[in-house]
Amino acid sequence: MKILVCITHVPDTTSKIQFTENNTKFDKTGVQFIIGPYDDYALARAVELRDQSEGSLTVLNVGEAETEPTLRKALAIGADEAIRINGFPSDSLFVATQIAHYAKEGGYDLILMGRESIDFNGGMVHGMVAEMLGMPSVSPVMKLDLEGDVAKIAREIEGGKEYLEVKLPFVAGCQEPIAEWKIPNMRGIMSARSKPLNVVEPVSDEAATETVGYELPPAKGAVKLIDKDNVEELVNLLQNEAKIL
Amino acid sequence: MSILVYIEHAEGAIKKTSLEAVSYASALGEKEGKEVVAVALGAIEESALAKAGSAGAQKVLHVADKKLNDGVIQAHASAVGQAFEQSGADTLVLAKSSLGDAVAARLSVKLKAGLASNVVALPEENGGYKVRRSIYTGKAFTDTVITTANKILAVKKNAVPLKSDGADAGVEALEVALAESDFAAKITSTDKASDEISLPEADIVVSGGRGMKGPENWSLIEDLAKAMGAATGCSKPVSDSGWRPHHEHVGQTGVKVAPSLYVAVGISGAIQHLAGVNASKYILVINKDPEAPFFKAADYGIVGDAFEILPKLTEAVKAIK
Repeated sequence: MKILVCITHVPDTTSKIQFTENNTKFDKTGVQFIIGPYDDYALARAVELRDQSEGSLTVLNVGEAETEPTLRKALAIGADEAIRINGFPSDSLFVATQIAHYAKEGGYDLILMGRESIDFNGGMVHGMVAEMLGMPSVSPVMKLDLEGDVAKIAREIEGGKEYLEVKLPFVAGCQEPIAEWKIPNMRGIMSARSKPLNVVEPVSDEAATETVGYELPPAKGAVKLIDKDNVEELVNLLQNEAKIL
Repeated sequence: MSILVYIEHAEGAIKKTSLEAVSYASALGEKEGKEVVAVALGAIEESALAKAGSAGAQKVLHVADKKLNDGVIQAHASAVGQAFEQSGADTLVLAKSSLGDAVAARLSVKLKAGLASNVVALPEENGGYKVRRSIYTGKAFTDTVITTANKILAVKKNAVPLKSDGADAGVEALEVALAESDFAAKITSTDKASDEISLPEADIVVSGGRGMKGPENWSLIEDLAKAMGAATGCSKPVSDSGWRPHHEHVGQTGVKVAPSLYVAVGISGAIQHLAGVNASKYILVINKDPEAPFFKAADYGIVGDAFEILPKLTEAVKAIK
């Protein structure tokens, strides 16, 4: 079993989002970067599946040198080797092109990643990679078990779940509760230092979109507090001020 | 040239999010002078499809192949791709959804189309094709320029006004060729709560957190939701404890909602929860802790015991209905 897990390098969920250079660049000041939370679920399940089958687990990120600590963390969690494709992840198509090109010759049985990144929230890369490789894609996957070369999957749909079967190889975008996040232990952290982290140059600069600027939403006004013994006043506000009820 | 809209349907009706996508396409069509054509796949009555006209579709193409009744991602992508080419479209509009995302991604490669997701406004076309999108889970916006001739726009739910002028669209049958490989992923069953209001699409959501103390108290949340015509949700600790099913978990890694009103009861407002609700138009917080961080994100708040407030609030809502 050869598994490829693609991870994103994103600001921690609790980060204050700010922009700089006249709202054209993300402000990294004081921001901690992490493995994308959805990718963390994919990685956690991949570690379990690799351990069950004694296969190999490669983790891949499309990013510049600053993403290497994130890849090292994935190695500490349990990946066997890491690949960094040395390019700025300018859009989904660029990232998918790099992943598909790398994976094409790799003979991977499973290509897993998060359902979406938590920065651009596109949720597109898994589908694009699958289409480029001519493989089935399933997302968002909340349960993934293997029986021989068939995967039994539960996929989240609006208001419920859908159960699927698909033969390997395929691409999946993952989310909770597919596995519990794994926290690196000391042994993992030590061994991660000696595991291979290879840098590969990107194959093309193909992109279909360009990000030209950012904006923050207007600041929120103060909360209007209503006395707990006067719920009628609240209903009145919801009805006549917010015009909802 | 035309604009094609991929519409999803459930229980015999077009989904609200897809009607929003049609409304968006209709406004775009007016701006660009293009016809708006919708495409629907699988079993649904023609009369139900004709209703896409009310949201602004001039025509609906119906691929009635029963094999498309299930939302198999590859098969839907293949069928919509063929509809795109047959209808002479250069723009595909669809609702961002669990199926929509997956289909759009494949089509982006098939049609060599630049794709913008979480779109919240019509494109600006002054010397480029610039689309505003919601990013960082609603914490910011970005302007994305699509540089390809074909374009795909995935519209964020509740981000555009729903058009409803009562007009019917003409429905035409469309044949597409599907390969066996399009059905490599086989759907074996679905497990769907059919009698509830769909949480991702709901206009009002009432959510409970750990402050509700246990699943046995959920009838208080459900009663208020029923009175308001709302869907119910919950915080992550609640679904992690098994008090409520996972598909009700609202937050960063759960369902992201964008209702007109989000009611948070006994939820302190962890940043991961806020990330799932910050696209709500109004937020009402009920919590006995006046220091709960959720009050900072709220429009309306009541500090007090949910067990006392909820029954009174439910009655007060019923009184005006």
